[in-house]
Amino acid sequence: MTKTPLQFQHNGRDVAIFVDGGTNLLVALRELIGDMTPKFGCGQGGCGTCSVLIDGELHLSCLTLAETVAGRSVETLDGIKDGPNLHPLQRAFADNFAAQCGYCTPGMLMAAKALLDRNPQPSRAEVVEAISGNICRCTGYEPIINAVLAAASGGRARA
Amino acid sequence: MPVTVKTFTSTNEAAAALSSDRSARYLGGGTLVMRALNEGDISISTVVRASDQAMTRIDASGARVVLGAGVTFARILAERDLGFLHAPARSIGGPAVRNMGTVGGNLFAPVPYGDFTVAMLALDAVVSVQGGLGGREIGIEEFLQSRDRQAGTLVLAISFAKPGSTEAFRYRKIARIKPKGGAVITLAAHLPVNGSRIVGARVALGSMAPTPIRARAAERALEGRALDASTINAAAAAAVEGTSPGDNALASAWYRREIVGVHLRRLLSGQE
Amino acid sequence: MLELRKDLFADERDDNLKEIGKGTQRQDMLGHVTGTSPYFDDHKLQGMLHLKVVRSAHSHARLRRIDTSEAERSQGVRRVIRASDVPHNLNTLLSLINFGKDDEPSLAVDKVRYKGEPIVAIVADSPREAFEAITKVKIDYEPLPAVFDVEDALKPGAPVVNEVYPKNTFTYHETYDRQQLRFGDADRALASADHVLEQRYQMSPIEHAPTETNGSIAAPDTNGRYIVYTSTQALFFSVDTCAKILDVPSNTFHFIGGTVGGGFGGKVDTLTEPLCILGAMLTGRPVRYVFGREEEMQYGPPRGAERIYIKDGVMRDGRVVARKVRAYFDSGAYTRLSSYAAVKCAAHLPGPYTIPNVHGDVYCVFTNRTPATAMRGFGVTAMDFAIECQMDKLAHLVGMDPMEFRILNAYRDGDMKAHRREAKNTALIECVQVAAEKAKWPIREEFKRMSSRKDGGGIRAAVTLTPRETHAPAAAPIQQRTTYDRAPAATREPPPPPPSLPTSPPPPRPSAPSHGATRFSSVFGTRRR
Repeated sequence: MTKTPLQFQHNGRDVAIFVDGGTNLLVALRELIGDMTPKFGCGQGGCGTCSVLIDGELHLSCLTLAETVAGRSVETLDGIKDGPNLHPLQRAFADNFAAQCGYCTPGMLMAAKALLDRNPQPSRAEVVEAISGNICRCTGYEPIINAVLAAASGGRARA
Repeated sequence: MPVTVKTFTSTNEAAAALSSDRSARYLGGGTLVMRALNEGDISISTVVRASDQAMTRIDASGARVVLGAGVTFARILAERDLGFLHAPARSIGGPAVRNMGTVGGNLFAPVPYGDFTVAMLALDAVVSVQGGLGGREIGIEEFLQSRDRQAGTLVLAISFAKPGSTEAFRYRKIARIKPKGGAVITLAAHLPVNGSRIVGARVALGSMAPTPIRARAAERALEGRALDASTINAAAAAAVEGTSPGDNALASAWYRREIVGVHLRRLLSGQE
Repeated sequence: MLELRKDLFADERDDNLKEIGKGTQRQDMLGHVTGTSPYFDDHKLQGMLHLKVVRSAHSHARLRRIDTSEAERSQGVRRVIRASDVPHNLNTLLSLINFGKDDEPSLAVDKVRYKGEPIVAIVADSPREAFEAITKVKIDYEPLPAVFDVEDALKPGAPVVNEVYPKNTFTYHETYDRQQLRFGDADRALASADHVLEQRYQMSPIEHAPTETNGSIAAPDTNGRYIVYTSTQALFFSVDTCAKILDVPSNTFHFIGGTVGGGFGGKVDTLTEPLCILGAMLTGRPVRYVFGREEEMQYGPPRGAERIYIKDGVMRDGRVVARKVRAYFDSGAYTRLSSYAAVKCAAHLPGPYTIPNVHGDVYCVFTNRTPATAMRGFGVTAMDFAIECQMDKLAHLVGMDPMEFRILNAYRDGDMKAHRREAKNTALIECVQVAAEKAKWPIREEFKRMSSRKDGGGIRAAVTLTPRETHAPAAAPIQQRTTYDRAPAATREPPPPPPSLPTSPPPPRPSAPSHGATRFSSVFGTRRR
């Protein structure tokens, strides 16, 4: 089977892999690079648990053909910590009980990061909109929204 | 057979690759083709891409708007001149889907998706395609009617006249989940007014047939009339005519038929 | 905000709560927010193969012929697993506690009983190659008449879904076609009740839709055992089920689980592990079997549908004096856990109310639908929905406030429940009182003063005389639906007398309650210790 060479930046580090034709970015990240933080939930764009940032923009890795990220920057949950320190969003999720089974958490965090990177002081409605592509089946949306608002500008969120 | 990815710089070459191989699909934003591959659709064994800049061009400065097929919904939302299309663009997916999904791909999106195409149908858009034999323009209605046979054609762009006023174009999507979810039904109307009368009414419906369709009986009820209560009543009563909705997990065909007139009335009377 | 009402039942507990009312961090939170919690699919194993199953295209069909020869030659295919490869290809989940007969194969033999039933498994180098091989398996089906409705399934001449249970009902205690609850004389009480209300309630199947789909990874270990990463919610249950199906001692397996990406009951059926391990045994390689989203939604077991008929007798003063329930739990094509769900239906049909005459029949019915399984209070949820809708309608019928109506009929300490167990530590009255207070719902003073600990027992502790049935009644008739929804509300009655009198004169109190002498198991019934 022919493999295609692929280079991109993964959480700030250059990586080079060979992918089979049709491989999606989720499989490339998990099986070829070993970054297990993005999860498979549906493969259809319905759940958001595979969300990653590509050049700072929120994308669904399961619907992204891996070779389309050649030369671009891919950021996953694995890259948002600052050394041993949690990212403010991670801390806020923990403090606000914004995870139950934890499976949607990586996608929720990346969707929230995409929002706060662009809009550091979002309204509640903007937070709801930002995570509207992410499904939490333990039905923990309220604590998740509260966590994102808490993380925004150190908790000084607008109503 | 493994999947082969073919990337071309020119749309001509991409179109040729697409039309010469029945197992080839054009990859736009990935929300349809990658989904099919993920679910094990083995009828696709070639994925075709084109890196031509024209595919992602937006020309919205003049009276006629041209959207490259690869334009994403997020880019439409960032375009001030396309304010009248923000409602349909925003009604699709969550932010990630809007960063990926494209105007061209939406033409192929099956029920309960394809909301943007409903808006395009109401705007009487023209689809520019590149086939094996060269380029041509097809009216969107004709394009949708023959959609099953269009898998081998490359959509380059979609164009339409800007509505004369913000009042003239209306859009409404009914979903079970807010702010995101597949459509129960989708409605769009373009109602150009000459003096006080509607001239050239277009009403388009999504999820009321296998592809978006025009509600011709409702259009007839609107044509040449003022948009008053009796006109709205007549259009609402005619909304269901000619539709053939199906059952799915979001709603039954019966329910869709029951509500389409109700929502057309609300759309026409400007209710939330 | 959480509010602890310590004023209620204060004398029944030591008031030294150290945890309740205080936030406590989850031990797995750090893993969750860093994306490092280990789900089954987060294990990358060298040379891993991928397993996919060929699923039935029919809801009910005989399998005339299965031809896998082309699939076996398909590119990347390492092994095609057929029914005959499964060592013990018949199981029922609760056989581990000796409840029910083996009724479900891992791969269909002779017949398929629901759309999507697994027939053949393909183990291939890549998911794509497995999908390609699936299309090359040729299956010759002979479609059979199917039944999708629980009451249709019980009619004479209905298609037999599962030959293990030829009457389309689960068999309890090797004898009974249903769960029965008999307490007092419901027919007599209904005949003398001021109002009788019969209603039909229907609940559809509900998919759990966990964000992580069902799946497992099995791999040969270095010591002759198999290591299995699984999404299961019931790890030891799953180990023993696999040991039975694969006919090996359970210590053949080292199961690793515990981190589940949403379960809600949908990950207790051991759906993927047996074939996944068998794939690893037959190829000597790690094998991964994970449901796609469509598989999860369409063929993953749902909460079972229920149809419930309730006929209640109520007096003008608001006392519910009789309840007759006929309920059908839709198990789908196989038992899984629905036999137990029907037991729970029977347990809950009187509700938290003291009703002196109760008659319940609950059937666990087989249909050609996707087998049902556990889900958050299965067997209870639909029954409680039906009961509480019914209570609202009964309150309306006698012109009573629905909150006061519940307080009036609520069980109290010392009352005899229809299951012949004394009600203890009851608190429904207080719950309704607090709910009314919080909702600013006005209830009258005498109802505010009522207590779970007052006016119970005594005559309400009586086991009412229950007539013996000389023969099992014939198939329950399809009862007429009432026109309740069009009935005008009765005028409001004066406050009812203290709730203490059952309609029929109580028989003498039974000899002292024999607490401790017998033990009630919801599966096995009452057993002597």
